[in-house]
Amino acid sequence: MREVPYESYLRTSRIPHIWCPGCGHGIALKAMVRAIDQLGWKHDEIAMVSGIGCSGRAPGYVDFNTLHTTHGRAIAFATGLKLANPSLKVIVVTGDGDGIAIGGNHLIHAARRNLDINVVLFNNYIYGMTGGQVSPTTPLGCTATTAPFGNYEHPFNIAELVAAAGGNFVARGTVYQPVELERLLVKAFEKKGFSFVEAMSPCPTAYGRRNKLKGPVAMMYDLKERSVPLAKARNLDEAELEGKIVTGVLLDRDKEEYIEIYRKLTARMGGA
Amino acid sequence: METGNRPAPRLLTGNEAVAHAAIDAGVRFFAGYPITPSSEIAESLSVMLPKVGGVFIQMEDEIAAMSAVIGAAIAGAKALTATSGPGFSLKQEAIGFACVTEVPCVIANVMRGGPSTGLPTLPAQGDVMQARWGTHGDHPAVALCPERVSEAYTLTLRAFDLSERLRTPVILLMDEVIGHVTEKALLVPPDPAALPDLRAPVSPPAEYRPYRYSGQVPPPLVPFGRGYRYHVTGLLHDETGFPSNDTRNADRQVRWLMDKVEQNRRLLTDFELVDVEDADVLLFAYGASARSAKAALRIARSQGRKVGLFRPRTIWPFPYGELAAAAHNVRAVVPIEMNLGQLSQEVSLAVCGKVPVKPLFKVGGEPVAPDEVLSFLEGV
Repeated sequence: MREVPYESYLRTSRIPHIWCPGCGHGIALKAMVRAIDQLGWKHDEIAMVSGIGCSGRAPGYVDFNTLHTTHGRAIAFATGLKLANPSLKVIVVTGDGDGIAIGGNHLIHAARRNLDINVVLFNNYIYGMTGGQVSPTTPLGCTATTAPFGNYEHPFNIAELVAAAGGNFVARGTVYQPVELERLLVKAFEKKGFSFVEAMSPCPTAYGRRNKLKGPVAMMYDLKERSVPLAKARNLDEAELEGKIVTGVLLDRDKEEYIEIYRKLTARMGGA
Repeated sequence: METGNRPAPRLLTGNEAVAHAAIDAGVRFFAGYPITPSSEIAESLSVMLPKVGGVFIQMEDEIAAMSAVIGAAIAGAKALTATSGPGFSLKQEAIGFACVTEVPCVIANVMRGGPSTGLPTLPAQGDVMQARWGTHGDHPAVALCPERVSEAYTLTLRAFDLSERLRTPVILLMDEVIGHVTEKALLVPPDPAALPDLRAPVSPPAEYRPYRYSGQVPPPLVPFGRGYRYHVTGLLHDETGFPSNDTRNADRQVRWLMDKVEQNRRLLTDFELVDVEDADVLLFAYGASARSAKAALRIARSQGRKVGLFRPRTIWPFPYGELAAAAHNVRAVVPIEMNLGQLSQEVSLAVCGKVPVKPLFKVGGEPVAPDEVLSFLEGV
């Protein structure tokens, strides 16, 4: 694996982090740092924005311009940041509760606008920080503190939702395959326009131990066993795909980006 | 200052005046969401901002608009949003975020009848306490209330200046009457060269701290992307910006936020006195209610009655001392409000039982008329 000077990216004085043993968020953040390093982005030009929850703490640990906002609103804050200074490379870190429950509206509208920001959603099927409540991605039948008899709601397929809403790039990876996740993140960060990467991340503390996934290792194997690359998934029917995690690039296109369109308008109005 | 080409008076609404003031104050970012009776602010800026290279964006909801404004401000833009009661309610959490992260921005709230969806097209002054205590927790508040179109312009300019100096959100609190009335106003733009850059760093990056919980004003909030990497969070944080659970730090930070406004009262306090010297009855009114109060005062004076007026332009922080001084020799203070008694509670606090407070309240969507003030004064 390529050498990366992690200490130049980490705010070492903020370590240890708050994530539990066995949490996948550190692996996902590492993949993001490796992708940033591979692209050669400068610390000063990066703004990392988050909302509330376990994912929300990620920006505090990395030495960029970092913004930890209100619950669900990271994308809306990031929209203002990017539009006021388009030279910033804006990365939003969110989770399944933050990004698709309370913040779902902002996510689909940001995708629709195709503004050049990058959203990375850590999906661990649960509200971890508040103690394990059911989330919009908790699988049907699984147990949570607010679904003690099993979840009776159908979950979102987030990546498909975002791909349907718009944007230029949508991908899904898992922290069991960090090299592949890094590759997807590089593609996402490079892409002009709205990009979205869903990173499947285990939560042994709040999700696994209530759902017969005995410990972090079992959860990693679970990610491995359920992952299906997109090319293979295309040959499977709906029943065969039940409970599977389809990984890879789900959407890759080059629709005109928001700021490019807006700049044409300002030029026409004499404001460029 | 006399210049060769003085601006000519023009005919416009309060909402349009806010948009002009925003441009003249250097605002280059507006995020909003359609809501009556404030939409003309957004509509005007959707025309004006692209012409000056600024950004106009209509967001997916009120919360997103407030959040985008704060994000833009962190990136260095002077940023504005506009709304009315229901939207103002939705924005409250983000306003609290701007308070605690000390991010300058301006929220124009054109008040309509409430509660809830209320009376969308009719005026009220029902949001004045929400402007003070709308978001949770102890937090500072600055709110300005214009009484006419020309003042909608000047107070918008002032709102941006105060917001940047104190690094706190400032609320321009208009009522629907001022937002929609069309009248003559002379808009005198500030000299762009005279507008100070309050975001410029005063220390090298290694020594920079985005917060300081002492002194008269906060350090500059250096925009993201200029080599001053720091952390911004809505969690309580120490002077480095990083979250802190230390109870002494939390106590110090929250007190600082409140003290920041208190110790700048001289800068913030702004009011008009009319005929108070010999007054035996003192009217207290702001916004559209002050227009009726003034009309009634002129008639009362012509009849030989000694009526005065205290009109705050800054309602938060409330001018307790100045009002108490103006009310010192009167036999009654008459607060006039388009609500059922919000700022009149502060009036009572100000006069502290030394002067009777006899309020005139009106809700239902009609402004208080001068005749109503006059007949009310018969019984005072």
